[in-house]
Amino acid sequence: MSEIAGKLFSWVNDRLPIVNTFERHLSKHPVPSKVNFWYLFGALASVVLIIQIVSGIWLIMPYSNTEEEAFSSIEYIMRDVDYGWVIRYIHTTGASMFFAVVYLHMFRGLLYGSYQKPKELVWIFGCTIYLAMMAEGFLGYVLPYGQMSYWGAQVIISLFGAIPYIGESLELWVRGDYYISGITVSRFFALHVVALPLVLIALVFLHLVALHEVGAGNPEGVDIEEFLDDDGVPLDSVPFFPYKVLNALVGIGVFMTVFAIIMFFFPEGGGYFIEMANFQEANPLVTPDHIAPVWYYAPFFTMLRAVPDPLGGLIVMGSAVAIFFVVPWLDRSNVASIRYKGIYSKIALVLFGVSFLTLGYLGTVGVTEVRKTMSVACTVIYFAYFLLMPIYTKYEKTKEVPKRL
Amino acid sequence: MQDKDKTRRKVLIGLTSAVGLSGLPFAATPFIAAWNPSAKAKAAGAPVKLDVSKMQFGQQIQVSWRKQPVFIIRHTKESLASLELSLSKLADPNSDLISEPYKGLFPTRSKSSEYSVMSGVCTHLGCAPKYFPEVEPKSWDATWSGGFFCPCHGSMFDIVGRVFKGVPAPTNLIVPPHMFDGSILTIGEDKEL
Repeated sequence: MSEIAGKLFSWVNDRLPIVNTFERHLSKHPVPSKVNFWYLFGALASVVLIIQIVSGIWLIMPYSNTEEEAFSSIEYIMRDVDYGWVIRYIHTTGASMFFAVVYLHMFRGLLYGSYQKPKELVWIFGCTIYLAMMAEGFLGYVLPYGQMSYWGAQVIISLFGAIPYIGESLELWVRGDYYISGITVSRFFALHVVALPLVLIALVFLHLVALHEVGAGNPEGVDIEEFLDDDGVPLDSVPFFPYKVLNALVGIGVFMTVFAIIMFFFPEGGGYFIEMANFQEANPLVTPDHIAPVWYYAPFFTMLRAVPDPLGGLIVMGSAVAIFFVVPWLDRSNVASIRYKGIYSKIALVLFGVSFLTLGYLGTVGVTEVRKTMSVACTVIYFAYFLLMPIYTKYEKTKEVPKRL
Repeated sequence: MQDKDKTRRKVLIGLTSAVGLSGLPFAATPFIAAWNPSAKAKAAGAPVKLDVSKMQFGQQIQVSWRKQPVFIIRHTKESLASLELSLSKLADPNSDLISEPYKGLFPTRSKSSEYSVMSGVCTHLGCAPKYFPEVEPKSWDATWSGGFFCPCHGSMFDIVGRVFKGVPAPTNLIVPPHMFDGSILTIGEDKEL
């Protein structure tokens, strides 16, 4: 029996590189032997991606993408479909958790210089994933056609209108109607469930292939390729499977517990994950008193609001995301990790973190004079972190990086 | 292969690619055009008519044209006279920054000396500003003399929709094409324009 199975397996393996791929990317793929919890979030992001795809497929089944039925089909999912509420809350919690782990994953990159040569492409694919995720999240938020779906989309689509000359016709073209109607919802639906997921999966594939080509980093910033054993395997490495996989399983367990607690007990996340106004059907004639984005867009929304001119706001907001792409060329340090960088880099990173969180908070509350000033100040700090990076990373005293992990 | 052949091959590859690529805009046309408003959406965006003679003085009503709010206000003589009060606060009192259809006709900015007709879409990011006609101190402006306040990002307009200085909205509220036939107001169409 086992002989037949063995023969069958080798028949397949001769035609499909199963063993090779498994060894190359899992069982023999060397990863640094010492990493810390910051290195978990990539794995968590792929877990959430799978959760989103599965729960999303199940949500497509009862959802209706028409102007008349979109909102009521969500209520139908919540009330009448067996366990429909679980599936929907998995998806909404998943959206917030996706951004949470990706923000932490990106911060890890800044912390330990995960973008430095030769990992520039890994970083760029990652930034593109983040961009695609922002679009994916926005499109998905419109689908329930609640008040916040409508007015959030109104604000975002109006951003196109700020582009000179072609703005207004572009807005009309994106909506396909004079307002955000069923036509807009159904095209956003197509993009949200087919087009962007395909793009996302392709990008994640490229992100991982590029990562496996250049090798994962570590918090020390040590290049483990320097010391190899007789087989050419780095001395300071362990095979991805089982060491990294079993290690990640613990993290995944903790993460799933947090996920389940939010999903079952705080699915609206106090109005930050699902905004209260979205429990009302879209009404093009009445703007809610307070329009705020979901938490994961809040920092960029604050920057948009900090600039009085819409086009200027659009440019600032776009640059805030775009600037991540060039970080590999802004960092002129001779070390990767914050542990060996100088005091300027440490201060800059702390200021950046604080300004990003403050921008996030300001985006969820109303505008006052004081807050407006704070928004401008934090936006300046945010950009200063990146734009001054070539200077402070070059002219600071760094510590010597050890040879071995 | 001879150099002459290589050059010939390069030219042929170039020409074939150019011919092939010239098909791209044709192939892309249906996909881009399918995103334009459909005939059905255009028909639903046709002009709307309503009788405004029953409106009270000082009252603001909101009608929906292309599912967007359009504000109609029947001004009192006093409120029109008080337009001068907020003149110093305005960014563009004569609507020079936008293409104003009825520029200089009436202080109401419309085709009527009594009614204002304007799009209720904030020129910042498209929220619907709220009407606060009363002259009293507000949390957003201690010297408020009546007008519109946008709850989204705090833009302010006077009672005929002219934008204040130093707010996010860049221009006055847009006046849509409209015409009066007696007391029947048609929004979205003006035969004289």
